[in-house]
Amino acid sequence: MSIWEYANPKKFMAWTAPVLPVVFGGAALCLIVGLVWGFFFTPDDYRQGSTVKIIYLHVPAAFFAINAWIMMLVASLIWVIRRHHVSALAARAAAPVGLTMTLIALFTGAIWGQPMWGTYWAWDPRLTSFLILFLFYLGYIALWEAIEDPDTAADLTSVLCMVGSIFAILSRYAVNFWNQGLHQGASLSLDKEENVSNVFWQPLVICIVGFGLLFIGLVLLRTRTEIRVRRMRALEARARRA
Amino acid sequence: MIALLWRDLRLAMRAGGGFGLGLAFFLIVVVLVPLGVGPQTELLSRIAPGIFWIASLLAALLSLDRIFALDFDDGSLALLATSPLPLEGAALAKAIAHWITTGLPLTIVAPALGFLLALAPEAYKYLLMSLLLGTPALSMIGTFGAALTVGLRRGGLLLSLLVLPLYVPTLIYGAEAVRRGAQGLDASGALILLGVITAGCFAVLPFATAATLRINLR
Amino acid sequence: MLTVQDVTCARGGIPVLSGINFEVAAVQALILRGPNGIGKTTLLRTLAGLQPALAGKITHPEDEAAYASHADGIKTALTVEENLKFWAEVYGNPIPESIWQAFDLADLQHRIAGTLSAGQKRRLGLARLGVVGRKVLFLDEPTVSLDGFSVRLFADWLQNTHLAAGGVAVIATHIDLGIDAPELELTPFRVASDKDGAADEAFL
Repeated sequence: MSIWEYANPKKFMAWTAPVLPVVFGGAALCLIVGLVWGFFFTPDDYRQGSTVKIIYLHVPAAFFAINAWIMMLVASLIWVIRRHHVSALAARAAAPVGLTMTLIALFTGAIWGQPMWGTYWAWDPRLTSFLILFLFYLGYIALWEAIEDPDTAADLTSVLCMVGSIFAILSRYAVNFWNQGLHQGASLSLDKEENVSNVFWQPLVICIVGFGLLFIGLVLLRTRTEIRVRRMRALEARARRA
Repeated sequence: MIALLWRDLRLAMRAGGGFGLGLAFFLIVVVLVPLGVGPQTELLSRIAPGIFWIASLLAALLSLDRIFALDFDDGSLALLATSPLPLEGAALAKAIAHWITTGLPLTIVAPALGFLLALAPEAYKYLLMSLLLGTPALSMIGTFGAALTVGLRRGGLLLSLLVLPLYVPTLIYGAEAVRRGAQGLDASGALILLGVITAGCFAVLPFATAATLRINLR
Repeated sequence: MLTVQDVTCARGGIPVLSGINFEVAAVQALILRGPNGIGKTTLLRTLAGLQPALAGKITHPEDEAAYASHADGIKTALTVEENLKFWAEVYGNPIPESIWQAFDLADLQHRIAGTLSAGQKRRLGLARLGVVGRKVLFLDEPTVSLDGFSVRLFADWLQNTHLAAGGVAVIATHIDLGIDAPELELTPFRVASDKDGAADEAFL
């Protein structure tokens, strides 16, 4: 049995049903542990004070705002190459979740930016890139909504996702070229000196895992909803033809 | 391809306003901005590069939804799709026709309007070059967007939402080149990157556009 | 010249016709018959390659097919001659002089296409088939809005110019064109309404 079997709508519904509560449970556990640990049991940063603790929301949200788009790109490619309906629906399901993650990252960034940089918004390259990413999500979702035929919509949004990905990367470089920013470098990377220190690092990883599980859970849930919508359409079509 | 290009240009001339409309719109935006932000020469001169580029973007956007919609409605797109002309070639011809009717006139006229926004004398050269290099990309990206929305009843608004984010790199490099030129800095980097983006668009997007049209014609 | 084997075609992801088999030899035409909505247009679009067949095989000489839809694809801002010239250039052919007579367009040659009547536009749309120089024609309701005289003009052209030169044609029509061609009734190929296979059926 190949792995693609799991992409069959019926199989997908069957295996996700028991998995879903586990994923959401894990997400809740990680987020509670990570956030409580991060908010109440880590010391204040010597320069940034307690405001630094918003990274437990900001960094994971930003991380999955980008990963959601990458997931959509992969799902779109799978749809274009293998024509698995669930794949197209998963891409559709991930878009609003990614959009929300982008918004969370932007809002927490603004709240953090106020005490740190003295302004809610600065046209810093990273912030600007996220704003542009937000626009890409809007366009992608709007295109899905606008097209009636589901296969046509899946095809066209896949093309948009692929072309959009190229332009998103180009925009990222263009924005860097346009303005060197205020934003601190990567918070988490394996080789950089500027990594946040260990005390902050451990709860942050737990939060990222929690956001990841939450993201997976939400995408699975939304994909299930999309499948049910299609199932209803199919039943209606069958009823009409009978 | 040449035949399609000529036909589209002829149609743009005859249907009235193909050339004029985008240009007039460009002129109006350039005139309205000082009315909105105030007449201080120093301020206008600083924002002039951005205004010219934003106005070009909007002027290009204005006529995008007509690129394929008319051909789709009267059936000629389906006939073209079954003709020996590959749809990739048709997409390219459409983009070039759009550029000749909007981008090219803008590029020629924009330097003449520089004085309205008190553009720095050093920047004229860069304005002309950046528009010449960048506006073809606006047409090609717009053609792709038009192909995406061709089957939709009210595609116009959606088209703007889809296309404008794709214009970001072109806008940034284009306006940055003029700004650097105005400040007497080296603008060649921005111009080269702008040219690279335009070349990339023309290399990749005709294929994406043709694929999109095939999906929409199905 | 044209062979269709066991073709299934779909409209909006739902199969409408299946198991279609026929063969059209050179100098022959085939007339498709069937009530409205049975899928004549869908079949012709599938044959012309605008949409993929769900199943089956369609073979005809490469680069020899042309398609004419309900819509004529006429640009109303161009003259009759410019319209034809565009298609002639796309297909890389000269406009045959006989075309003006064959479709009774000689007097209209320099008129703006927007000022033509519906029937005259249709004649112009059909005249396009004379300039494309293709051997295999797929014609969807070619005679809509033509008067009896124009129908005979078209039938004459089809019989004596196109078919006589070794061409073939598949024509969906409701009227009697008055040409000698076998007819194919599509009703037996209609996909039974309770049969599975719609795109969304995968979800059930």
